[in-house]
Amino acid sequence: MAARTLLDKIWDAHLVAAESPTTPAILYVDLHLVHEVTSPQAFADLRTRGLRVRQPARTLATMDHSIPTRPVSADGSIPFVTPEAEQQVRTMRENCRYFGIELLDMDDPSRGIVHVIGPELGVTQPGMTIVCGDSHTSTHGAFGALAFGIGTSEVGHVLATQCLLQRKPKAMAIEVRGRLSPGVDAKDLILHIIGRIGVDGGTGSVIEYRGEGIRALSMEQRMTVCNMSIEAGARAGMIAPDETTLAWLRDRPRVPKGADWASAQAQWEALHSDQGARFDRVVEIDAAEVRPTVSYGTHPGMVVDVDARVPRVGNALHQRALDYMGLRAGSPIAGTPVDLVFVGSCTNGRLSDLRAAADVLRGRKLAGHVRMLVVPGSAAVKRAAEQEGLDRIFRAAGAEWREPGCSMCIAMNGDFVPPGRLAVSTSNRNFEGRQGPGARTVLASPASAAAAAIAGCIADPRSLGGQEAVA
Amino acid sequence: MTPVRHIHSRTVLLAHENIDTDRIIPARFLTTTTRAGLGRHAFQDWRYRSDGTPDPEFVLNRPEAMGAAILVAGRNFGCGSSREHAPWALLDAGFRAVISSEIADIFRSNALKNGLVAITVDAPEHRFLLRHPGIELRIDVAGGEIALPDGGRFGFSLDAFARHCLVEGIDQLGFLQRHEAAIQSYEEQFA
Repeated sequence: MAARTLLDKIWDAHLVAAESPTTPAILYVDLHLVHEVTSPQAFADLRTRGLRVRQPARTLATMDHSIPTRPVSADGSIPFVTPEAEQQVRTMRENCRYFGIELLDMDDPSRGIVHVIGPELGVTQPGMTIVCGDSHTSTHGAFGALAFGIGTSEVGHVLATQCLLQRKPKAMAIEVRGRLSPGVDAKDLILHIIGRIGVDGGTGSVIEYRGEGIRALSMEQRMTVCNMSIEAGARAGMIAPDETTLAWLRDRPRVPKGADWASAQAQWEALHSDQGARFDRVVEIDAAEVRPTVSYGTHPGMVVDVDARVPRVGNALHQRALDYMGLRAGSPIAGTPVDLVFVGSCTNGRLSDLRAAADVLRGRKLAGHVRMLVVPGSAAVKRAAEQEGLDRIFRAAGAEWREPGCSMCIAMNGDFVPPGRLAVSTSNRNFEGRQGPGARTVLASPASAAAAAIAGCIADPRSLGGQEAVA
Repeated sequence: MTPVRHIHSRTVLLAHENIDTDRIIPARFLTTTTRAGLGRHAFQDWRYRSDGTPDPEFVLNRPEAMGAAILVAGRNFGCGSSREHAPWALLDAGFRAVISSEIADIFRSNALKNGLVAITVDAPEHRFLLRHPGIELRIDVAGGEIALPDGGRFGFSLDAFARHCLVEGIDQLGFLQRHEAAIQSYEEQFA
């Protein structure tokens, strides 16, 4: 058999019907994750057509986007931003009950952001096809799955048939040579990559991240990288499973057990691109060149090293972005005043992310004018962080410690950045208005975000010595 | 789905590159549980000033934009979030087609499933359309051609299956359901 890519292997194994010039492939879906925002219209379609959910056991629902991150009030009420948001959550509950789908509800100890809990529970596994009505489904590709976001019509297709009509994407390889330098994070790497290939650099493709620089990353870091594949326009990102993957998955509640684990492991070990497999495009990245990186503009491809200057590019689009952000071409990005700091999201809301932020904040105080929100990615992350005392570090520094959810990343639950304010955010999108109308977003790693919170301005986390600590 | 065969309209231009789906329909309007009524929030933060009044400078608020059903947009239209609310909002706002030199994958897939014709044209044709705002176009979906008022034409490619579904009004879920036997046999063998 000809040398195949990881994408080829997973694709071929899930073909219910191959594609032809006139029809797309029918692709079987192993795991369908569902949340409250992109599912109600799909469930309504099923009801109208009198259809059932074909594979409830392959479907897992949670609520993460519209839910408040403030705790339940003393009277037991949940502080939803609007009655409509509450209605959406109720609709999710009703749909799950009606169609027999497991729902990790707001009081469930396993609930959280859909892309955080899938891996946490071990429902995300190598070799799977995983979809969700959410573009950051690419996160799950970190485990060697083919995982991608779909629209609500397709959510309906999967609910009813467990299948999708898909054209096979192109295979793109990003080879990361060497290892990241100390003090440089996976978030810096993916921002650097998007800066290199552009916000449409991956359009039509699935990106396989490869090379020593990727192998050396932890699972959490790999998830951060794959998560932002969509910000380069790619359908999905993936990383071949290895020892790191297996070690992370072993003993997760929903992975195969005993003999089943051994046979799963044997299958997973074959999940890598063969020697000589052909990619449609290969991009090489030198890890040594990656420095702490932040965005300066209004899309995730407009990035700059934190110790560099805002680029001068003579076009109207660039100028428009700088005007929106209130930045000047040629000025150092470090030192830009910051109003708000957000640590959380499916990109950087896992335990290791909170640890990285806490390491910077330990024993320090937020700059006087800065407000900081720390939102754990799941209830499990929250518990683990509290067990380690991270919540106390955040609170002592002056940050707010919240309940899990998408929160200020998408700003539809009442957590938002006020107009004209600048937020350093560990989330994934810095589009105009993403974090609220008129909000200005600077994307950064958890360490860079924490450094900005203390300095009161964009700052290089590596330069944060003891003398800058506020006693 | 209602068949979509021909679209005849003036164009309206949003020449910015990388118009993302948050721009098309901001997340704060996604708490809805229906498809209806999203058009009034399409491009909300461009269309309305902070006091809620329409911004007369914004192209979609100008008289010449009224009734235009073809949106010509800058490169990489529809990037970002997978929200199908974006094509729902555009359709509800009266658009029937979007033309760009590049359209983001998920947006295009969502648009075509709802009868919003997402058309990618080559860079020279794109530049021509950007230089001629308000031009009257006749889009022939089945023929893959755009006719100009002066009789000029240019072609566009559209995935064969998507075009077939548009032209014949085929419901893709219905299409999938007709493959029940194949799905069942896959499940018996592998799943």
